[in-house]
Amino acid sequence: MNPAPATCIRIERLGKTFRGQSTPTLQAIDLAVAEGEFVALVGASGCGKSTLLRLIAGLEAPSEGQVCLDDRPVQGPGCDRAVVFQDYSLYPWLNVLENVRFCRSLRAHTRDASESEVNSAVERAYALLELMGLDEVRTRYPNQLSGGMRQRVAIARALMAQPRVLLMDEPFGALDAQTREVMHELILRLFEIERSTIVFVTHDVEEAVYLADRVVVLAPQPGRIDSIHPVALPPPGARHPDLKLAADFLHQKKIVLDRIRATSGVQRDLDKLSRLAELSRRDRRPDTKPTAGNH
Amino acid sequence: MAADPLWSIRGTLGGARYLAIAGVGFASLLGGWWLLAGSGLVDPVFLPTPTAVARRLLGWYADGSLFADIKISIGRVLGGFGLAVLMAVPLGIYIGSFRPVQAFFEPLMEFARYLPAVAFVPLVLLWVGIGEGAKITLIWIGTFFQMVLMVSDNIRQVPMAQIEAAQTLGANRGEVVSLVVFKSALPGIVDTLRVTLGWAWTYLVVAELVAANSGIGYAILRAQRFLQTDKIFVGILLIGLLGLLMDQSFRLLHRRAFPWLHLR
Ligand SMILES: Nc1ncnc2c1ncn2[C@@H]1O[C@H](COP(=O)(O)OP(=O)(O)OP(=O)(O)O)[C@@H](O)[C@H]1O
Ligand SMILES: [Mg+2]
Repeated sequence: MNPAPATCIRIERLGKTFRGQSTPTLQAIDLAVAEGEFVALVGASGCGKSTLLRLIAGLEAPSEGQVCLDDRPVQGPGCDRAVVFQDYSLYPWLNVLENVRFCRSLRAHTRDASESEVNSAVERAYALLELMGLDEVRTRYPNQLSGGMRQRVAIARALMAQPRVLLMDEPFGALDAQTREVMHELILRLFEIERSTIVFVTHDVEEAVYLADRVVVLAPQPGRIDSIHPVALPPPGARHPDLKLAADFLHQKKIVLDRIRATSGVQRDLDKLSRLAELSRRDRRPDTKPTAGNH
Repeated sequence: MAADPLWSIRGTLGGARYLAIAGVGFASLLGGWWLLAGSGLVDPVFLPTPTAVARRLLGWYADGSLFADIKISIGRVLGGFGLAVLMAVPLGIYIGSFRPVQAFFEPLMEFARYLPAVAFVPLVLLWVGIGEGAKITLIWIGTFFQMVLMVSDNIRQVPMAQIEAAQTLGANRGEVVSLVVFKSALPGIVDTLRVTLGWAWTYLVVAELVAANSGIGYAILRAQRFLQTDKIFVGILLIGLLGLLMDQSFRLLHRRAFPWLHLR
């Protein structure tokens, strides 16, 4: 048996209350993400998934507690935690290759770079483009690409910085089902090759169970960890889309779904809906009289 | 049946057709003018015929002062406008990027832009005298404050995701501003400059009408004294034409410098 992998991200008693709000958005979050682990965050809309991810990225400051990366508290955004946003984050004035190589124009990446590092960075950019299937389009601008390609560029750009952690906020949220499936295979292959630590926010439970080592369910108001579900699936390299139809997979998916339903107040919403239906039925009754002819 | 692409909303129109339609627009203006002036219904002192205007233009050219007047007017516009650009763009970038700078300058600029530039004429004459400085200063007053506010707005339009993506790739503050915010806002800034250049022409004429002895505006003023309506027309049309030319060069620059915006 391998020794337990080192902890990469440690989240301790983390709380976040936005200014001007009385209730916290996140409360008492405790979570440890191991080196090379793939963690998915799921939960009802508005429960604070993006906020948690942004706290890890250092794009928001915690109100309580802290996020530690390799035991050092996160103070702000940095190149060790790259983020892939849902959309609009590519640079439209740079072509695909220039977008991917963007971090190479920053001091943080060139300060102490030796010539061989510079050369290997050039090779890495081309290798990433090839891996992502972006070879053909490397001189195109982002507005000439499909949504799926754009997200691939965003992922390649983030990986180019060789981050310790890759943070993704619904990266495939705007894509259609087929493209999404292709992206899943790509992510799994990448994960196998790069072995980076990934925290992945999604509202798609199937996606979460299929990709992640562990699925974390957040409960809303205040956002907190409801439950953590280790996924028992073959290793990333051996996963296949057909797996999504296997009984075992569906079972794991159902457990997570049930937790989200239990925490999201869907039942309450359903009650409201049936009351609304009742009301509109009552309203419609007078309308059922035939309208008077006006000719 | 497919909708006619010519009349579909935001449909497409080839360059040649566009030019043809634009030409028809100008031609109808000219034709209308010709008909009205030639009909004898209007006294030529009020509305000279296009031929009279063209003759006057040739005369202006023949006495050798036409190009000198154009040159000096363009020089003044570029001077005042260029000075405003040099100051407004950096300031706008700072205002749009940093809240404390915004808090310091923005209310001041909002206030200053409502000060009527034309009413500054006597003060400007007092402060900088009647030389070239006066015209440049007036054009500067007329454009600078608006330009600062518009540039800072261009800067604030940059999507936060672009900024945050750079930060998480390791960009420091200076790099975010120079490599992302400025680059992202640049097409908008160029548009701002194009719009404000039009105002610079307006204030040029104001300056030349009240405090000059050369330039197109001054020529218009002198023509008024001798009731040379046709020369006034020449002056106005010239300014319109020069403005249009500069505007078009800005558009060309836009297309050349930002190819990605014109791909679809
Ligand atoms: N900058 C902010 N200022 C104030 N409130 C905020 C801010 N960002 C998020 N919130 C609030 O925090 C709560 C959680 O938002 P968050 O975006 O993290 O949810 P989410 O789980 O990502 O939702 P979704 O699934 O819809 O993306 C929301 O109620 C939102 O209104
Ligand atoms: Mg979100």
